[in-house]
Amino acid sequence: MRNATRSSLALAVIFAASALCADEIGDVENGADLFGYCSGCHEVGADAENGIGPHLNGIFGRAAGSIDGYFYSDGLNRMGADGLIWDLTTLDAYIENPRALVSGTRMSFDGWEDAQERADVLAYLRAYSDNPANIPEAEPTARPSEVELPPEVLAIQGDVAYGEYLASDCKTCHQQDGSDEGIPSITRWPVDDFVVAMHAYKRKLRPHPVMQMQAGRLSDEEIAALAAYFKDLD
Amino acid sequence: MTFNRRTFIGTAAVGTAALSAPLLATAQGKPRVVVVGGGAGGATAARYIAKDSEGAIDVTLIEPSRAYYTCFFSNLYIGGFQEMDDLGHGYGTLAADYGINVVHDWATGVDRDAKTVALAGGGSVPYDRLILSPGIDFIDGSVAGWDQSAQGVMPHAYKGGTQAELLKAQIMAMPEGGTFAMVAPPNPYRCPPGPYERISMVAHLLKEVNPTAKIIVADPKEKFSKMALFQEGWNDHYAGMIDWIGPDFGGADVEVRPGTMEVVIDGEATKVDAANVIPAMKAGLIVERAGLTEGNWAPVVPATMQSRMDENIHILGDASSQGDMPKSGYSANSQAKVAAMAVRGALTDARVFPAKFSNTCWSLIDTNDGVKVGATYEATEEKIAKVDGFISETGESDELRKATYEESLGWYAGITSDMFG
Repeated sequence: MRNATRSSLALAVIFAASALCADEIGDVENGADLFGYCSGCHEVGADAENGIGPHLNGIFGRAAGSIDGYFYSDGLNRMGADGLIWDLTTLDAYIENPRALVSGTRMSFDGWEDAQERADVLAYLRAYSDNPANIPEAEPTARPSEVELPPEVLAIQGDVAYGEYLASDCKTCHQQDGSDEGIPSITRWPVDDFVVAMHAYKRKLRPHPVMQMQAGRLSDEEIAALAAYFKDLD
Repeated sequence: MTFNRRTFIGTAAVGTAALSAPLLATAQGKPRVVVVGGGAGGATAARYIAKDSEGAIDVTLIEPSRAYYTCFFSNLYIGGFQEMDDLGHGYGTLAADYGINVVHDWATGVDRDAKTVALAGGGSVPYDRLILSPGIDFIDGSVAGWDQSAQGVMPHAYKGGTQAELLKAQIMAMPEGGTFAMVAPPNPYRCPPGPYERISMVAHLLKEVNPTAKIIVADPKEKFSKMALFQEGWNDHYAGMIDWIGPDFGGADVEVRPGTMEVVIDGEATKVDAANVIPAMKAGLIVERAGLTEGNWAPVVPATMQSRMDENIHILGDASSQGDMPKSGYSANSQAKVAAMAVRGALTDARVFPAKFSNTCWSLIDTNDGVKVGATYEATEEKIAKVDGFISETGESDELRKATYEESLGWYAGITSDMFG
């Protein structure tokens, strides 16, 4: 029951995803491993919170763009308003090619070509959906911190006006509205995620040469200013 | 040439006075900024001033074209990776959403005493601050036998739109096994890797439609941007197709004969089927007419992009002579943001921060084989000075090269949205 053919058959036949149990969708264990690709932005599990992306508890059966307190792209809000409900079929289509289903999504992910991998990761996510009894007392998804930053660096209150000027340099590539057409969105990231990511580039722990160069000339205050500016960007 | 080289009195103190100059909003109302040129420098500057001043500054953008075709990515059009339609951008959003007064006309001169810009269509536009971002013009005679009357026969294709379409049509019309020649420009010129990305894209196109065709490049430079990367790519993808002739072999000694479609290199005439002549360049004519050039380019104060000769005028992008930054769309866009901040600081009470500049240039060698070079810069008294930089390496993985190419598509979407809203 775990080959691609079965998986796509299931998708074609079964519309009511809630009728499925996780282990009928795919390999939950493998899905947990694969979720590592998602966990930079998404949390799932008992203490999951919104981060760069919304938390994924209860994703099955939920309307797109519907978690209170998460600031969605116009694209996802539009799809939610148009009636997109996340189920096995729609989630499978979304993670296969996010921008094909929701143009203008800020989710910076090119998609998973392999149908079995999609099925496995959806099986993993399925375990955190449906009724509360179906959500096990799992450990919150670990989000390994890339750099250990002194608390005083994380505590810097960014100067938003300075951030706005500095951000003009970012916007040559990163689009203000979060559209991702080959360069990822940095709009509306939580401050800590933004600061950690920039310090990881500055220390050359993240590999991208343009970002290493850009981050390399920014002071702690300037990184904080950028984070403060992008946090609330419309 | 009515307005050239006069009234430089009192301009010696320009640099230091610039940022601390008191706000002198015009008695008649809002301060007025006029921007000449709607490309990567001008459109960006107009948009940032209008956006960030929130209506406190009156912004006029003078640009003759109703649709702006980017010069960057025009090589990808030649190679078949982009449609020309996708490289065209209108000014409707800048007018409608940012309240910019977009005037489709040629700016023909600047009266620096009266602080007005003359328009080809008649009349003039007054300014408190003027931003000139006219790009490049060509130096007639820099390639013997070529002047701009020959651009229909031997196109430069170094401004976006029509010229690139003409060049591609000429390549497509080449006979089987025919010869394509490029005359590469001397330094400094717009888009340093541009001629070599173009060679790559022409080779890519010919490999598909005319695989026995030959490419000759006459180059006055011993070295060029991303040279090792291009040479590696040409060997890998287009072996035996490209003959690059540097100055040691007469690449600087070139004459063209548009009437007979001949290119003469080091005394030896070759009949060619398509010729791309990229002459030596100078600042767009309006800057020279305004008397703001020194040699071929317009020197600027690094921290503000103000002309060294007139503190009320900022000069952006290719036309400026500023130091270490290459002449590129990305550079112009970066300089525009510094100038926009300086202008807002001078005309309103906006805060002014230390100038930061950056640039990255992506080039495509063949399908999914992208490379890039970039640097960050800061303003010193003397020049815009390089701080840090990087360049793609030879021998990179296919995966990385593909990611670099895809990133360039993201950059194009990003910068055009940053320019045009």
